[in-house]
Amino acid sequence: MLMARVFQKPSKASLYRKQIIYEIDSLGLGSFGIITIISVFMGAVITLQTASNIDSALIPAYTVGYTARQSIILEFSPTIIALILAGKVGSNIASEIGTMRVSEQIDALEIMGINSASYIIVPKIIAAIFINPFLVVWSMFIGIFGGYVVAFLSGVVSTTDYIYGIQYDFDSFGIYYALIKTVFFAFIITAIPSYYGYYVKGGALEVGAASTKGVVSSSIVILIVNYVLTQILLI
Amino acid sequence: MIELRNISKSFNGKKVLNDISVSFERGKTNLIIGASGSGKSVLTKCTVGLIEPDEGEVLYDGVNFTKMTVDERKEVRTEIGMLFQGGALFDSQTVEENVKFPLLMHSKMSKEEMDERVNFCLDRVNLTGVNDRYPAEISGGMQKRVGIARAIALKPKYLFCDEPNSGLDPKTSILIDDLIKEITEEYQITTIVVTHDMNSVLQIGEKILFIHEGNNYWEGDKVSILETEKKELQDLVFASDLMRKLKKVKK
Repeated sequence: MLMARVFQKPSKASLYRKQIIYEIDSLGLGSFGIITIISVFMGAVITLQTASNIDSALIPAYTVGYTARQSIILEFSPTIIALILAGKVGSNIASEIGTMRVSEQIDALEIMGINSASYIIVPKIIAAIFINPFLVVWSMFIGIFGGYVVAFLSGVVSTTDYIYGIQYDFDSFGIYYALIKTVFFAFIITAIPSYYGYYVKGGALEVGAASTKGVVSSSIVILIVNYVLTQILLI
Repeated sequence: MIELRNISKSFNGKKVLNDISVSFERGKTNLIIGASGSGKSVLTKCTVGLIEPDEGEVLYDGVNFTKMTVDERKEVRTEIGMLFQGGALFDSQTVEENVKFPLLMHSKMSKEEMDERVNFCLDRVNLTGVNDRYPAEISGGMQKRVGIARAIALKPKYLFCDEPNSGLDPKTSILIDDLIKEITEEYQITTIVVTHDMNSVLQIGEKILFIHEGNNYWEGDKVSILETEKKELQDLVFASDLMRKLKKVKK
């Protein structure tokens, strides 16, 4: 029912555009720093772990780069980043909308004859669907770069082998697969916490509880959808 | 004029409003008073359509609001201004953006006309030089005045004020009451104020509805309320020591 209200025709498109730009900045660009830090370290750790688990002389050294690339593109960047954003952005959305509910800001919108569900939630969903693919592609680059840095610093694999590995047998469908997942996850990360925030009743405690429920539910749904999409797209 | 006819509302089997009928007149400050939990906020929310009544009708100048579709209600709501208890200003917007918001949504004014209207409304509530501040950066009394400025931005025919003086000092409360009364008379608005502040009752109560346990228990004005013989109303009106002393002096 909430989604039916959310996707009704907007009352003033120009105001929605302004809100979408605000949300792109708030939800997307505001997550840029944390995604960069997490990605570089995860790329480094994946490279170290892969190198430390390859002790057979029959397995070529470039396998480290190959494995790091595949792990980062197929799973780490789209899914783990989505789970991190579900925590950061999801709690932000649920608490923001929940506070708007308990402080009667949503009632104020309704009194003004504005479809509050649409005005508040649509810009967040559109902003996330637009900006999250960029964040995920950035995460892929930075993750692979993190692996290169650790290869250079630790010497677990030569940088030449690492670079050869990340280019070896590259299939661009992996990127499309990751971006398709990202679009689904962006919707989940914004829509589910919005639902919990929008229907909050009570005060600060209930807003906190809604935030927790929003994060937990969206994380679980991300994992389930990840499985279903992988089954459909890769198998 | 706003008319309520036989409004009833229950929550989880408990009757909160019981067959309330009353009319609120244009150009007057109409007050709904009652103890906490008496049903006055629910009655107001039923009137503006934030809560659907189980039974009864709400008429705005003879037009049945209860039977309207969502789109039809939107039209009426552009004629309604509401001041909420906590101000309900949008945190992410400045004072100016808050007041301009209903104009952006519903008017066809140019940018210059909107700026002029925003400044006029802020001047009208005696607020100047705060256009670029955020709600968190101004006092509670100023937030209430911004709330009033936003409520009158679209020149409403109906103004609702939910406990406009809660959390304010007595001096600021008087300013807010005077402002509501002035605006009501100046623009001939049908104003409904929900309150349990006896200062407001005695200052601006041109028509007063007293709700007790969800019933229309008494109707009158700021003069007749001091002479009431109804015990439940006396308990509310003369609850404070000051009011009891006033009553003695009057006698």
